[in-house]
Parts: sequence; C-alpha cells; structure tokens
Amino acid sequence: MNAQESKAIALEMKNVSKRFGSVVANKNVDLTVYHGEILAILGENGCGKTTLMNMISGIYYPDEGQVFVDGQEVVIKSPKDAFRHKIGMIHQHFKLVDLFTATENIILGLKEEGRVSMAGAEQRVREIADRYGFHIDPKKKIYEMSVSEKQTVEIIKVLYRNADILILDEPTAVLTPQETEKLFAVLRRMRDDGKSVIIITHKLHEVLSLTDRVAVLRRGEHIATVNTAETNENELTEMMVGKKIALNIHRSDPKDVCDRLVVSHVNCVGADGIKLLDDVSFTARAGEILGIAGIAGSGQRELLESIAGLQHLDSGEIVYHNPKNGEAVNLRDKTPLQIRELGVRLSFVPEDRLGMGLVGNMDITDNMMLRSYRKGHSLFLDRKKPRNLAEDIIKSLEIVTPGTTTPVRRLSGGNVQKVLVGREIASSPAVLMAAYPVRGLDINSSYAIYNLLNTQKENGTAVIFVGEDLDVLIELCDRILVINSGAVTGIVDGRTARKEELGLLMTKTRTECEEVTDGDGNE
Amino acid sequence: MNIWKYIFEYLMQAIPLGMTFVYGSVGEILTEKAGHLNLGIPGIMCVGAAGGCTALQYLMPGGVPAVHPVLVVILGILASFLAAGLVGLLYSFLTVTLKANQNVTGLTITIFGVGAMKHLMVGLKGSTYLKALPYFRYPFSQAEQGTLLRSMQLCGVMLFLAIIIALVSSYVLNRTRVGLHLRAVGENPATADAVGINVTAYKYWATCIGSGIAGLGGLFYVMDYSGSPEAYKSIEPLGWLSIALVIFALWRPHLSVLGSIIFGALFVAGYYIPTIPGVKLSMSFTPLLKMLPYIVTMIVLIVSSIRNKRENQPPSGLGVNYYREER
Repeated sequence: MNAQESKAIALEMKNVSKRFGSVVANKNVDLTVYHGEILAILGENGCGKTTLMNMISGIYYPDEGQVFVDGQEVVIKSPKDAFRHKIGMIHQHFKLVDLFTATENIILGLKEEGRVSMAGAEQRVREIADRYGFHIDPKKKIYEMSVSEKQTVEIIKVLYRNADILILDEPTAVLTPQETEKLFAVLRRMRDDGKSVIIITHKLHEVLSLTDRVAVLRRGEHIATVNTAETNENELTEMMVGKKIALNIHRSDPKDVCDRLVVSHVNCVGADGIKLLDDVSFTARAGEILGIAGIAGSGQRELLESIAGLQHLDSGEIVYHNPKNGEAVNLRDKTPLQIRELGVRLSFVPEDRLGMGLVGNMDITDNMMLRSYRKGHSLFLDRKKPRNLAEDIIKSLEIVTPGTTTPVRRLSGGNVQKVLVGREIASSPAVLMAAYPVRGLDINSSYAIYNLLNTQKENGTAVIFVGEDLDVLIELCDRILVINSGAVTGIVDGRTARKEELGLLMTKTRTECEEVTDGDGNE
Repeated sequence: MNIWKYIFEYLMQAIPLGMTFVYGSVGEILTEKAGHLNLGIPGIMCVGAAGGCTALQYLMPGGVPAVHPVLVVILGILASFLAAGLVGLLYSFLTVTLKANQNVTGLTITIFGVGAMKHLMVGLKGSTYLKALPYFRYPFSQAEQGTLLRSMQLCGVMLFLAIIIALVSSYVLNRTRVGLHLRAVGENPATADAVGINVTAYKYWATCIGSGIAGLGGLFYVMDYSGSPEAYKSIEPLGWLSIALVIFALWRPHLSVLGSIIFGALFVAGYYIPTIPGVKLSMSFTPLLKMLPYIVTMIVLIVSSIRNKRENQPPSGLGVNYYREER
C-alpha cells in the first residue's frame, strides 16, 4: 500500500537492543510508525513487545540503537521525556490513584502555576471525551469505576498531555466484546484525527479487524512488518510462532453424559457484606466441558472454591454423584480433604501463579507430594512415586526444566502452570476445575492444555473451565455459564453461542438477564 | 456558677496541652501522606525541644535577651524547627534512600532523640532559657486584669501558630497541586513516578517539614505549656499520643485540632479530676484515667475500620518503601 508510504513518519526505532542481565529482550529491532495509522505489535508472551514499547515510553532505556520522533533523534529517559515528545503509554496494569477522582488522576504530575483549577480541568476532560466519543464522569473516584472506565481515564490522561503517539499494552485483555468495540471505535477516531496508535497484542482477530499494519516480534527480534489488508491469520501465526501450527481445538461430541455435580441455590456473602455468590444453580455433567465466562472478579473464584470446600456457603447445596458407587452426597458437609478424596480436583491459576497450589521454593517432586503425602504409612517419606510422577509430567507436558529437583519458582510461568495442571490431572479426577489454566502461556502450551482438558472430558471427567478468552471458550466448551457479580446470568450452548451474546450476559444486570432468559425459553 | 469556672479552667488546661498534639500529629500526617510511617516522632519532638531551648539559652545570656525579644522567639522557633528537621532528614535518608525498614528506623530515631535531648538539656546550666517564657506569651503577658485575660496568659504565640499550621497544612494537602502530588506519592508512588512526580523529593520534603513541625511541639510544651525546667522529661509519651491522634483525626490536619483538644482534655482529666473539691478518687484510679486517650484511639480505630470508607483509611502506600525497579 503506497498510501502508507505517503504519510509522514511519526516515530522510528533503528537497531534497538535491550538486555536484562544475560537475557536478551530485544535485539536489533527496527520499527517505523506513521502519523494517522494504527499499528499492532504482535507476538507471543515474553517476545519483548512490552519491553520494546517501554523503551519509547521512558520506562526502560535502550542499550543500543536510536529513536527518532518526527525525524529528530531523541533521548527518552523517563516518562516525562516521553510526554515531551508527545508519546503516551497506557499500561496493562493501570497506574491510577484509587482514591482520586478521574480528573485528579488526569492532571496529576502536570506543572501548571498556582491553585488547582478543578473546574477548568474537568471542562477539558469533557471536551476530550466528547471529541473522541468517550463516556466519563470527571468527578467519579477510581475505586468506584469499572475496568473499562479506568482504561478510559488512562487514555484521556495521555490525550490531556497532547500525546500524538499512543501506545496501548494489551488494551482488550480486561474488556468485554462490547467494550472492546467501543474502544476500537475511539481508536479509529484518533487515527482519523492524525494520531499514531500502537497496540500491543497477541490476539489475531483484533489485529485483523482494527489495524492498518502489523509488526511481528518473535523472541525479541523483529520478524516483519506487513500491511494488515495483505495478510491473514495463518501467515501471522506462522511469523509469531516460527512454525506452522494448527489452531483448531478438536471438540468431540460428549459421550455418556450424566449429571456429576448439581449446584443449587448457592449463596455466599463476603466479609464486608457483599454477595459473592448470588443464588447460583447449575449442573456439571460428566463427559462435558462446562465453560465459565465473566469479567474478572465476578465470583468465578468463589464458585470454584465453594465446590472445593474452601469457601463458606451461607445457603444452598452442592450434590455430587459419585461415579464409583452412584451415591449422591452433599459436598457442603464435607471438608476440603474429603471432597478431594471423592475425586473433585481444583487447579486454580491465580494472577501470581505460585499463590495457590504450588510452593515456589520446593522442587517438582515435593510439589507432587503435597497431594500424596497422606498416602504413606511409614515414618519416612517415600519420594520414589512422586518422582516418577514428576518425570511423567515433565515428559508428557514438555516442561522445560533442568530436572525434578529444580525449585518450581525458577521455572518460567508457563511451565509452572503445566506442573500445576499436570499434577491435578494425574490423579484421574471425576471433576476437574481449571481456572485460567492458560494465563500467560504461549500459543503452543495453551493448545497443549486445551487438548489435555479435552482428553479428560473424553475420559468421562466433568471439566469446569474458567476462561478469559471468549473465542477459546466458544471453541472449547460444550456449555458456557456466564457469571456476573456473583449471579448466573445465563447458560448457553458452546456450539451455537456468539461472542456478543456472551458479552451482553457478562455485563447485564440481573433483572435484565432474567427477561432475556425468559424470552429464550419461549422461543 | 461554680461549675462553669471548673469547666473553663479545665478547658484552659486541656486546650494548650492539646496544641502539643497538634504539632506532633500534623507533622506525622504530612510524613504519612508521603507514605512514611515515622515512629520517630516522639524522639523528634524531644530534639525539637532541646534544639529550641539550647538556642534560647544562647539568646538569653544571664536571663537578658541578647537581641530584640520578638527575634528571640522567632529564632527559638526556627532553631527548634531546624533541629527536628535535621533528624527528619536522617530518617528520610535511612528510609527513602537506603530503604531501611521504616518501623525499626523510627523506633531507633525515638531512642536517639530522647537520649540526645537529655544530654543537651542537662547541659543547659541554670535553665536561663526559661527566662524567655514571657516573650513567648507576649502580648498576653501584659494583661493582668480579669479572669479571661489571666487565663489567656496560658496561651502564647505558639498556641495560635499550631492552629495556623494545621489549617494551612489542610489547605495545602487538599487544595493545591503540591498537596495532590504529595497524596499521590503516599497512595501510589509508582503512579506518581510514572507521571513524572519526583517521588524521592516529595518524600524527603514531607518528612523533613513534618519532622520540623513535630519538633515545634516539643518546644511548645516546654516554653509555652509547662514552663518548668523538668518539663522536657514528659515529652516522649506526648509524642506517642500524637501518632495515635493521626488515626483519630483520619489523616486530616484540620480534624487533628479538634482531636488534639479532646486528647488534651482526656490527658489532663487524670490530673484534674482528683483536684476537684468533693471528688474522692483512690490513687489506683488515676492511672486508669490516664488510659483514656488510648482507649478512645482504639475505639476510633475500630469504628473507622468498620465503616470502611476508603477516604478514611491510611494512605495505601504507608509503611512500604518504594523501589522503582519493581514497576
């Protein structure tokens, strides 16, 4: 596309390299950004996308190479320098003061003379919002805001400083599809206004629907920059991963489906009086994958924990149909240990992967023993079986580790997750609950985990999968339960579900949802 | 009305004592707003007292002012502020630059401050600094007539200075850009850093100015409230109460004036109630009365944590040293 070439260059990086100790984060990267375009920086986790952008937003300083803004070589040593060159970055983890209002956060750090003129600043915030089509209440405090509102504040903060180059780090990771569409509309309006928008992402469909050009990074190196219109999903994946891989999840039809876990009218009130779970009812069936979709923190964790016996329930019951003897037991009366012994397994991958389930300072064998030490009868530990198990898991899940005696915390995030998921699957559970099992994993490992879940399902396990990526949920799950503020707002068939439908359920208030589900029932 | 006389006299003891707490707590609030829990405040108040008294000793050779009396007062206050501010600088250097544990550093500073003060105060032969006392109460010291004015003799310039400092601090914190930035530093230093606020500078300035203000509390207690050569020995417990008062005042300097008066009232209750004619208290009861301020602080802590309003909580970054690399 020669139209791109005629646009003026806004930012240029030449031969930029960055090392952290012996790890090379970026190596000889060249990148060009034009005015009035949306550029995607595409790559897998840990390929150096964010590091590269941090070097132009002033968080890191490159070891080698040059950065040019509007043709002038510049030195960017701090976020302040970046703002001076009209570069602003919206980080994945928002940098906002919770206790302040939107406006206070936006004007924070600006050096204008005299008293703070809140009214004047609020007026300007409103002007910016109107110009690009944001919705924002300048007086609202951050801690009362939804994630998408916080992101809006971050974007306006950058625009308030007259940024011409906006960098967004994984902006859609926390948004519903509807919010994502709104954000994209705003970004397109910015592009039409002559601004350069860079989004860091690993989601291909976003790249294809939003951007003008794509720069692909792999292992810190710049592979290619292509025009979005001239490429496709497969080509981009190949560039990202370096080899051809099939991106299909094989979803087999459920066989021998029977009820395994019947959750009815479960209520759970948190310490501060907020309802964590609000009259939750659903059935998990053997031989099926039940997906759970919802905005982060909507009660997914509490739901899984209540099944595993880790959460106190205020009312409701959870009936488990034991596949061994056909008995029905109420899990509410059982201790977590008894529930585990019945074959209910929870593998929860929290944001800090080591927070729950694994002990970072212990090696893989010892972590296997956390689940089996009660089986021994001798005074001394029997390390042989756990070691064999550890070796099996390392082999079958392709875990990269020097050996079974390496402390788990020294492994990379993806490998830690494989250890956790592998251990839970190894005991051939009757119910397997996996929350965010692919968080932070590269494409290959993610698909390895999806296949593991599918294998479990084919073996007759009732799998409950809490996911973040709606596309994956739709591809992988047989049924998808949507949870919103602790209440179930709908259960849809994974084979016919649409993303928009899920997104609506994720954000709607309860009464609206009841109307929706009623309507569906009549059809 | 006899009872009013007692209430009035009671308040005239409570309010001036309360101003000691105003200095201490406003100083501590400024420091905490920058994210630093300074447990060195009791020691810093002692150093403030010692610094001010030492300067006054030199300014009053033989009990006669060496310079104009107004200048004596100003220089005394300045010396106290600087001495305490310097200890604050030491605390900042240890916790901000060297990232030492704030609690341990603070406690060490208190132990150091109390010791340094005792050493200095014992060295002040004849306590001639106390001869400057009338100037601190100028112009009220000239009024001799009437109950009200006689009672006003208990109030000196530093009493009003305390209230001014508290109100100005509140204004700066809530209405100015500097205040906004300071609060941001205490709430979320990484965010403040990302928008280009000099976190280290804000922490240093807030801690040093806060310490200086707290130090004035020590000088006030000796040169205004008490006026006795033994007064310096009872500064330290007042420092601890000032820190408790920060919680009571919900980190708001203007509320700390009110809180200080209540604390002052509770504190003198232990001494004052047994002196009221007709009131008979056994000796063992007086220490219980002295517990009142602490009990009230505990109740406030419980109430404020139950209500759980975000605005009434301590700054989120309080007590945590900021490492830039972690962002």
